[in-house]
Amino acid sequence: MTRSGTGDAAHQLDLLRDMMAIRQFEERCAELYSAGEIRGFVHLYSGEEAVAVGVSQALTADDSVVSTYREHGHALVRGLPLDAVMAEMYGKATGCSGGRGGSMHLFDAGRRFYGGNAIVGGGLPLAVGLALADKMRGISRVTACFFGDGAVAEGEFHESMNLAALWNLPVLFCCENNRYAMGTALERSHSQPNLALRAASYGMPAWPVDGMDVLAVERSAGLAAEAVRSGGGPHFLELRTYRFRAHSMYDPELYRDKAEVERWRERDPITALADRMRADGEVSDAQITVIEAELTAALDAAVAAARDAPVEPVESLTSNVYAPGAV
Amino acid sequence: MTSGQTRQHRPRAARKRPAEPVTITYREAMRAAIREALQRDDRVFLMGEDVGRYGGCFAVSLGLLEEFGPERIRDTPLSESAFVGAGIGAAMGGMRPIVEIMTVNFSLLALDQIMNNAATLRHMSGGQVGVPLVIRMTTGAGRQLAAQHSHSLEGWFAHIPGLKILAPATLEDARGMLWTALADPDPVLIFEHGSLYNVSGTLPADAGPVGIDRAAIRRPGRDVTLISYGGTLGKALAAADRLAGDGIEAEVIDLRTLRPLDDAAIIDSVSRTHRVVLADEGWRSGSLAAEVSARITEQAFYQLDAPVQRVCGAEVPIPYARHLEQAALPQPETIAAAARAVVG
Repeated sequence: MTRSGTGDAAHQLDLLRDMMAIRQFEERCAELYSAGEIRGFVHLYSGEEAVAVGVSQALTADDSVVSTYREHGHALVRGLPLDAVMAEMYGKATGCSGGRGGSMHLFDAGRRFYGGNAIVGGGLPLAVGLALADKMRGISRVTACFFGDGAVAEGEFHESMNLAALWNLPVLFCCENNRYAMGTALERSHSQPNLALRAASYGMPAWPVDGMDVLAVERSAGLAAEAVRSGGGPHFLELRTYRFRAHSMYDPELYRDKAEVERWRERDPITALADRMRADGEVSDAQITVIEAELTAALDAAVAAARDAPVEPVESLTSNVYAPGAV
Repeated sequence: MTSGQTRQHRPRAARKRPAEPVTITYREAMRAAIREALQRDDRVFLMGEDVGRYGGCFAVSLGLLEEFGPERIRDTPLSESAFVGAGIGAAMGGMRPIVEIMTVNFSLLALDQIMNNAATLRHMSGGQVGVPLVIRMTTGAGRQLAAQHSHSLEGWFAHIPGLKILAPATLEDARGMLWTALADPDPVLIFEHGSLYNVSGTLPADAGPVGIDRAAIRRPGRDVTLISYGGTLGKALAAADRLAGDGIEAEVIDLRTLRPLDDAAIIDSVSRTHRVVLADEGWRSGSLAAEVSARITEQAFYQLDAPVQRVCGAEVPIPYARHLEQAALPQPETIAAAARAVVG
């Protein structure tokens, strides 16, 4: 192991548990969606768990996170309460966005989790601005900004890269390259599919990372975040990953081979870590079974609570358009 | 009010107590407002294209770089979406940014950030994330800048819940609206008509913040209400002068704030004059003038003695040639003619 911490068995068990928690949450969402209990566009993170969990190891509670519409995993590892996230899926008053956001717009200002942005590339300028505020106020803080490979084709990506590098802002850009912008493959939409190279052209350190290996993600994120935190300016990680499920629950997946999905499933980040830990005698099947059961019980409770939770009164429809007391 | 010395960051030569008016241009009034905001609140900074070394593309920020330095008078690349979005992020992060966009036509490059983030975040987050941001931009025609620098799109922005839209038409509002906008917890867009920057007049030396929630009667009258704002207000006042020559006393209302609209002031005036003409540089179809007209119809239909009339921008991209451009815009004579028609 190259860095202290990552080789520690207890720590690895935490990583495993966090990834399993996301997977279970996402698979439960798929069931609930199919059962008609939750609605809207739901974008599942299954397969990409190592990215959220690995990057989160490099962040402190005081750092900021800007995310995308595929953000359940980011929100859960950020510490948003499971009940509040599940209640948001149900559009309930107890949801983390009061039922206004849904799956794509999870927020928790207290945890500096600035959403769930469903405009591809739309969160990058916000991350630049959050980092600018920190720099101007003399606050030492990293803003982690998650976005996908599709965002790299957007103008807002390039404008934001330039601005962050020009002003030497403390942003950790985390590009989750899952190889598809909805249904359009990377090679079909980028003249230069090496995305780290694109970011490097703005003069910031940028490198690719195996996004299916949580320990590799943790190592790279740790190095990058440390550099950002110590004034080294923005850094860019191209986290090469894959989503096992469809783009959203509406997607019949006409654009990719089942065989390709199966090949990537063989690199399942959860299975990979569990296998490695088993081989090293650091976890047993029995332990994993216990974890699974604990996670299932927590999810059952969250679903039950969300089902029973109150909805926002219709009278509050137009609240929060302006600040309370404003017109 | 006593000398501001104790409240200001920069010690200044003690100003004599107020009173005698100073001669000032609209541009200088805006600059004074920005300077005051920078002095009073460390969280305030100005950001935009050429606001620093160039001095502002309309010279509004001329001299502020030397006074406040490049951190707070922050030149940006030509990246409207990123620097408007960065302003939103900085506002979320505890700052009070003033973002300048050169013209309303360029603001379309940042429309995603304005609409999908600034206007939306508070609601979408269940009230957790506010965006106390001010965006200033030039609007309007009349300077032969043709079809990509001259439009009046403030009516579009006034369509969007979550935003507040201001149109300072007077020196007093140019001087006073900014501070109030910065104190607002929500995003405020200020539209400065390009033809106003050189307008000169007098202001009290101690002119300061003004309210941003009420329309103003700029000229009282009893026969017809002329409703206008921004760069068209002067034309409405000129029309009122002409009408006075015909014995028609026009009341001129300056909307000042385009969202939220001050319905009460509008309805009150219409209920006294029973006739109304709306003058708006924006295109007629789907316009702010259409919205005001609809509200009058909804709320004061039985007060009307004549159909509501609108004098709007012609439905054409603004042309370059002066005679064509002027033909595309409301003019004192066309406003007066509409008023004569409803007074009948």
